[in-house]
Order: sequence, then C-alpha cells, then structure tokens
Amino acid sequence: MADQRKDNTVKKDKIIEIVNLTREFEDGVVAVDDISFYVRKGEFITFLGPSGCGKTTTLRMIAGFDKPTKGKILLNGEDISYLPPNKRPINTVFQRYALFPHLNVYDNIAFGLKLKKVKVTYEDKEGKRFEKIEKLSKAEISSKVEKALKMVDLEGFEKRSVSTLSGGQQQRVAIARAIVNEPKILLLDEPLGALDLKMRKDMQLELKEMHKKLGITFIYVTHDQEEALTMSDTIVVMKDGVIQQIGTPTDIYNEPKNSFVADFIGESNIFSGTIVGDKKVRFINHNFDCVDEFKINEKVDVVVRPEDVTLLDAGEGQVDGKIISSIFKGVHYEMVMRVGKAEIVIQDTIERKVGETVSLLIKPNDIHIMAKEFSSNKYDGYITKRNTVCFGDGEFECDVTQLYPGSILDEEGYLITAEGERIDLTDVDVEVEVGLKDIEISDDADKGGAIGNIVSMIYKVDHYQLIVRTDENEEDFVFDTEDTWNENDRVSVIIPKEKIKLSLKQEIKR
Amino acid sequence: MRNEKVISKQEYRPEVISKKSAFRFSRSSLCIPYGLFLALFVVLPLLLIVFYAFTDQSGAISFDNFIRFFTSATTLTTVIISILIALATTVICIILAYPVAYILARSNLNKGGTLLMLFIMPMWINFVLRAMAMKDLLTLIGVFGFNNYVNVVIGMVYDYLPFMVLPIYTVLIKMDKSYIEASMDLGANPVRTFTKVTFPLSMPGIASGITMVFMPTMTCYVISDTFGNGLITIIGKLIDEQFTTFQNWNFGSAMAMVLLVIMLVSMWVTGGFKSDDARGTNL
Repeated sequence: MADQRKDNTVKKDKIIEIVNLTREFEDGVVAVDDISFYVRKGEFITFLGPSGCGKTTTLRMIAGFDKPTKGKILLNGEDISYLPPNKRPINTVFQRYALFPHLNVYDNIAFGLKLKKVKVTYEDKEGKRFEKIEKLSKAEISSKVEKALKMVDLEGFEKRSVSTLSGGQQQRVAIARAIVNEPKILLLDEPLGALDLKMRKDMQLELKEMHKKLGITFIYVTHDQEEALTMSDTIVVMKDGVIQQIGTPTDIYNEPKNSFVADFIGESNIFSGTIVGDKKVRFINHNFDCVDEFKINEKVDVVVRPEDVTLLDAGEGQVDGKIISSIFKGVHYEMVMRVGKAEIVIQDTIERKVGETVSLLIKPNDIHIMAKEFSSNKYDGYITKRNTVCFGDGEFECDVTQLYPGSILDEEGYLITAEGERIDLTDVDVEVEVGLKDIEISDDADKGGAIGNIVSMIYKVDHYQLIVRTDENEEDFVFDTEDTWNENDRVSVIIPKEKIKLSLKQEIKR
Repeated sequence: MRNEKVISKQEYRPEVISKKSAFRFSRSSLCIPYGLFLALFVVLPLLLIVFYAFTDQSGAISFDNFIRFFTSATTLTTVIISILIALATTVICIILAYPVAYILARSNLNKGGTLLMLFIMPMWINFVLRAMAMKDLLTLIGVFGFNNYVNVVIGMVYDYLPFMVLPIYTVLIKMDKSYIEASMDLGANPVRTFTKVTFPLSMPGIASGITMVFMPTMTCYVISDTFGNGLITIIGKLIDEQFTTFQNWNFGSAMAMVLLVIMLVSMWVTGGFKSDDARGTNL
C-alpha cells in the first residue's frame, strides 16, 4: 500500500523509507504484510493498532532485531534492512525497559557511550593534521550522563541500583539510556504501558516536550488511541499487518478511511447505509445530507461521532427516538438513543431523561462515509428438518456436522456427536458465513438456493465485485467473479455445500 | 425500615463457635512433616556430630580431636589436596560447562530439550559404575595413568560436569532476550554483548554451579579411590576411615566439623554473587 499522506514532501526530508516490507514468521504467520510508508526527519510518528497488528514487528525491523522476509528499509536513502542493530544510528526504549540489572543507573546510561568511538582530529608539531578514532574520555561520558539524567529529572540517582527504582523512574532511565547516544531516530515500544494512568499522562507530555527539545525523530508504538492522538505528528493505523490509514491525528479522527479506523480511534456510531442520491445517504430510515460523493446505491459505512449528534425536542430534528440510558461522565452525559433497532451513543452537556422522546440532528459535515469493505458475507440462519440451512431469503444444502467436531449424521437425520449424543438440529439458530469467492450465480432460477437481482457491479482491477439483492428482505450476497454480468439481471445464487460455514448462536439445550 | 431489620438479623451471630476443635487444619500445618523430618534427620545428627567432636572416646569433654587435626601433617596435607582437587575440578567444569550450556540455551539444536537430556542422562546411571567404566575407557584409549592427581581431576570433572551445566543453562534460558537486544541496540557487537551483559547476568548460575561442584568434590572419595589407584586420599576418605577402620567416631566427627566450616566459607564466597541478583537459579 502506498503512503496515503496528502502532502508531497521533498525526498531528502525522508529519514526512513519503508518499501514493500513483509515479515513472515517460520510458522507461516504474516505479521507485516507488504507495507510502505516514510518517516519525515524530526517527526513524531506513531504506529497504532490492536495487539497482533504488526506494529511491534515493524518497529523491531527498523531497530534491526528482526529481519524482513521481503522489502527494504531505507535510512537516508541507504538500505539498512540487514544491518545488525549495533551498526544503526537508532536507539530503542523497550517495552519493559530492559535495564541491565547488574549495572547501576550511571553504568546503564553510560553503556552506549563507553562503546562509542569518535573521530578526533589532531594537529602535530609540523601542523599536519591527522585523524584518530578514539573512545570518549571518562569526563566526556560523565558530563553526557549528567545531562541525560537532568533531562529526565533524575539527578542524583547515578549510584542507585536499577532494581530499587519505581516503574516511572526505570522508564526515565530507559529513555536517558537511549537519548544519551544522540541517535538519529528514537524507537519507543509501548514505553508507557506499565505505568499507571496519572503517570502515563505526565510522561506523555514530557515525551512530547523532549521530542521538541531534542529534535530527533521519534517512532512510537502503542495500542492506546488517546496516547497516539495526544502525542503524534503522524499516526499509522495498522491492522492484521496492513496499514489502514496514515495521517495527522485530526485527519484520522475526522476522516477515518474505513470502519475499522473509525471504530478504533475514539468512540463512534457506525451505521450501515446506502447512497440514495447526490450527496444523500440513507440510514436509520432517514435520508441525510452528506458531503462525500459516492455512487448511487452503493452500500457504505456511515460514521458519526457521539459528540457530533445534537439532541432536540421531539419532532424538531431529523429522526425521533427514545433515550434508553444516560450516564454522567464528568464533562458530559453519555446517552443512548434508540431509533428502531439501532442504538446511537450521544454525548451532550444537557441531560435528557431516560424514556424521553427526542429528536436528533446530524450536520452534513459530521457524517463520515466510507466504502464498505467486505471480507465475507454473514447471515443469521436456521437449520431445517432436512438438515439444510435457511438464510438470505433462501435455502441451501450444508454440512451440519461442522457444528460439532467429530460428529456424524445417522440415517434418521439426527446428529451424533463425538461423545455419542444424539441431537435434533431442527430450528437451531446458526450464524452463516460465506466467503467472497465462494458464491456463484446462474440464469437458471432453479439452480441456486436464493433468487435476486444484481444491484451493483464494481470493477476491482482484475475482477468484478457483485451484489445480488433478494426481493423479500433485501438480503445481499456480495461476491467476486471474473465473469461479466449486467446490472438488474435476475439470477439465482449457488453456494457449494462445503463453502457454507456454520456456527452455533448458542449451545443447544439437551 | 424493613431493610434495616434484615440487616440487623444478618449481623446477629449466635455463638456457635464457642468450643474450638482441638486441631484446626491450616496451611501452616503442612510444615509439620517437614519440620519433624528436619529435626530428626538434620538437626539431631548435627548435634550428635558436635557432641562427638568435643568429647574423647571415654565421653569426657575435650578439644583433643581438633588439636590432633591441626597438628597432624597428614590431615592438613589431605585438606589442602582436597581443596586443590576441588578447585581444579570446579574451574575446569566452568570452562567446559559454560560453552555447552550456552550452545544448548541458544541454538536451535536443542529443540525440545533433547540435547540437554543427553547431557543429564549419564546421571541416571550409578556413579560408581560410571566412574569404573570411564576409567577403563580412559585406560583403553591411553590417556590414563601418567599422574594420579590429574586422573582424579579427570574423574571428578567427568562426574560433576552436569551439575555445572544445568544451573548455567537454566540462567541462560531464562534470561530476558531484551537485555541482549538492548545491548546490541546501544552499539555493542556480539562479543561485547557477551562479555558485558550475558556473562555478568549468568553469574548466579555459575555461583550455584560452583556450590554444586566444589563441595561434593572435596568428599567424593569413590572417584579419588577409583581414579587415583588408591594413592590419593581426600578428606572424605579420611573421615570414612575414622568411622569404619579405626572406629574413632570422635576424631571423625571433628574432621566433619572442619569440613563443614570450609563449606560454609565457600558458600559465603559464592553467595556474594547471588545476593546481587536473587533470582531462583538454584536447581
């Protein structure tokens, strides 16, 4: 994925450039999947994502602890992908600090300095200049350590053993140990994760302050969206090893690229909507004006932040609904309003009582629309007497034995579990999942399990993504195909038996 | 009002527990068997040794046993020889065991602990048999016999090597990898990382290895008898002789007490490393 940032920075400003970086572990797990982005000099950039999203692996590859399977890491244009960590002008603040327990505070901080060699230019008696590679003198090291300790507010702690320090103090020593080497880039791997809330807030501001003072590039990793929003110049949101969005905190908060980002950053109401006209989107049974342009009939995710919903007296706004809960949160009330089946979270400073009918108003600017990203079709269904499954306005053959591992069907159609229990599956509620590549359609109405019209056909580089909508309940079947069809064709939907994934909604009472 | 009544009812407790049962089982009761065992098999024998050491064969209190010990040239040379053999064994064990433990802990060869198992497995065979077999093997390949002291040290090292490998291996395998990463991150190459981080951090393992090798080798006369062709006497042998051949329990007990003091001193010396980093590295 290419870098999505709007501005085009001049190339020399990029201190780190990551090109198609992939890391696949020995067990086949792809932690980082073909990501590309750059880091500007002096920037505070944060990788944000849930655990297992690949953010730490990316950081470890920049630090040199992990090697990429594919792709390159460029530092000032030079490929450093396979350079060992000790040869990189990069220092790390580790998640659990990794302070050396056998050394005191001073020696921990001086560790890097004692190894450092610098070029010193001398002049001999005849005025000839020559260069010598020398270690730093004791006095130099000492003054640098003092300076670093002062920076993190730990003067006088030199002789203390690191095990006697509190979490916050250890954190500061870890930061001092890294910055004392004057790295070009400082990597911070969830450095505040082990601190309590108050301490974390203080350290966030201090780190930000330090970043300003030092002027070096900070690459920060966190799963805490608030932390990312507070501290960063740029946020890289990651999920499943893939970059979801890159942008400033404001961009990411106000214009999330997809429902994942919207959901992960801040609180949000996410609706399933349909574009019904030019800059008009329909959700919760109302046509709202919006500012984003999408194709008519396109299924979209609509994101509305709780603080962007205004509550008015019944009948005065766009949609009426009932308040079903209200909690005082200090600055505002967090209320939940029910409209039909939907529950909408609203933050407002004026309280509305539970049970009150109110009307909501959402300004076009506050409606964020993003294309729906399908990974699979999900339906609610139930098992019939014949051990087929009904969902999406149709009936399909399926393999019910997958509901219980090791089970078989007897001649009468009962399921025998691995433990020998006999279960009647008739009318059992199930969740049905069908992949995008597992649906076929046919002109022959009798061939498939459900019948509908093709309502959308989107060309996606090498295939079409089709949506077939049924008449009765407007259920959608979304799938990829290489064949060309026409919109409004009436087709039947065929799903191979083995491609229908079933899971129980709840344990069956026996 | 109704609520208050309910609460007061709950607070009212009739005095059912007025008679305490004679024995209430608590977690500390689990200590009792161990305490009994300790008293019977550790404290009592120790007191007996002290008693015998400070009495003569008629049962009268005397310091003769100790005077005899520290004035006899034979006993003193035996103590010095024992200490030297134990020291040599320990040093050689460290030199041999560290690389082995390091390779076992770091390489992928030891997936599932197979290699480690191979190192520990000889310990399952009776060590007298093992020692005899080793002696015959060494004679066969011709490395055996040129110096009895060297032979004894070879035997001791062979027998006690696993006791050095295991604690070092345990420390290395438990060591947080982020220390090594931090060291590399701060600019240390792999050699520097080893000398400045890995090795100092594995000191507790070496210390417990020393206690597990140094002390037993001072007394393990089965090895010194087998490998020394009966010509090397260590302090353990001396004590044994007093108890079995000469039937002088008093002098034997006095020697055992001197040995105990030497061991306490050596423990105090190696314990100095452990207090730095009190991690559970003892096996």
